[in-house]
Amino acid sequence: MSVALSAPDIKRALTRISHEILERNQGSSSIVLLGIPTRGAHLAQRIASIISEIEGVDIPCGTLDITLFRDDLRLRAPRAIMPTTIPSSGIEDKDVILIDDVLFSGRTIRSALDALGEIGRPRTVQLATLVDRGHRELPIKADFVGKNLPTSKSQTVRVLLGEIDGRDEVTIEGESH
Amino acid sequence: MRHLLSISDLSKVEAISILDTAHELARVSDGAVKKLPTLRGRTIVNLFAEDSTRTRISFEAAAKRLSADVINFSAKGSSVSKGESLKDTAMTLQAMGADAVVIRHSASGAAQRLADSQWMSGSVVNAGDGTHEHPSQALLDAFTIRKHLGLGKSDLEGLTVAIVGDVLHSRVARSNVLLLSKLGARVTLVAPPTLLPVGVESWPVSVSYDLDSVIPHVDVVMMLRVQQERMSDLYFPNAREYSRYFGLNGDRMSQMKTGSIVMHPGPMNRGLEISAEVADSARSVITEQVTNGVSVRMAILYLLLTGSALEAGSN
Repeated sequence: MSVALSAPDIKRALTRISHEILERNQGSSSIVLLGIPTRGAHLAQRIASIISEIEGVDIPCGTLDITLFRDDLRLRAPRAIMPTTIPSSGIEDKDVILIDDVLFSGRTIRSALDALGEIGRPRTVQLATLVDRGHRELPIKADFVGKNLPTSKSQTVRVLLGEIDGRDEVTIEGESH
Repeated sequence: MRHLLSISDLSKVEAISILDTAHELARVSDGAVKKLPTLRGRTIVNLFAEDSTRTRISFEAAAKRLSADVINFSAKGSSVSKGESLKDTAMTLQAMGADAVVIRHSASGAAQRLADSQWMSGSVVNAGDGTHEHPSQALLDAFTIRKHLGLGKSDLEGLTVAIVGDVLHSRVARSNVLLLSKLGARVTLVAPPTLLPVGVESWPVSVSYDLDSVIPHVDVVMMLRVQQERMSDLYFPNAREYSRYFGLNGDRMSQMKTGSIVMHPGPMNRGLEISAEVADSARSVITEQVTNGVSVRMAILYLLLTGSALEAGSN
């Protein structure tokens, strides 16, 4: 097991992503953050509070559960459905930033795009991820990346966050080939 | 979970996971999204060999909200009324590729028979078999109770429930006794001795013949329908007497605890086991039970039909 990101690394990455989001969207007036449960939801909260601090305004932040939109429901054991909370301002004509912890095959994000489509029509949808570990199976790419981690498919990337796991850390487990 | 046949097959954890899933699905249905792609391409057959309105419609609505294809199959107007056996019906459904069969049958154990047989490979959901069980009704009742009185807890620990009326013929009562006590509620059955089943003393309940002494102490009063169509003998002298001793009217309702609720699985015999005043009162959650039924049945179908390829592979 090796540590890919320490707690200060994660903090710096999230701060940088927050600034990049503001830069790309020319401020915070139209953005809505949607985290994908469970860890993406906590990352969204953190980014929202960093942006609020920079801009001095509250940032609409919610969660988007994609379980019911997955394409592998027949193949996996049933998953618990997590809450979906859309900010009261809605997503219509907004710049929606999807936030997840690890970007891997891209299938979660495809499901998230389907789920968003049922809720409304954002002006743009952008993707922020703490870790991009490669091995995409779909033509999907992140707009904001905390760290690119080259991995082999057999390795496991674990994201630990203080809110759930008691500490912040990203580790890679298993042998690289 | 492959079939839902009886509450006794469910662990407490499984029952709570069905209620939690239903809770999230209800929030989805309340929101902008009315249709989910979750069960797209799956076929669900409603096989109703006995009359039903709300259960059939509820399962149909649940399946359609999850984008499954629904085939309704009722005894009347099908070859069941020409004498086709359950086996032949099941094999027909298998040949048509049913992923799940929701069965209502007048024979106790029909759903179990269908699930145990090799006649078809899909999941079986018991939507009421004879006087045996009606698990999805009990789950929606537990969901409704938890929503109103659960105080954010996952189970029903410490709540008291009176189930009143025709327990003998009621599969709803049987499933509810099992589920509510599994979830930690204390259940009291209130009925004339003639409408209590043999062996009720082995159930996890207390029994009373006096509704007035029970009413002030319970959080939930669940009225049961007097099932005249199943009554071959005389179980009580006449409807007026039954109504007087075991019916819920406005006077009795006024004795109920503050915050307590009145439930009825439907269809109601207004004026017999429940008065119109009570059925339409603020304490009554009867129409909400119907709404919750759709969410709970969506949860059941979701949990049974996802991962089914996985289970088929491991069998």
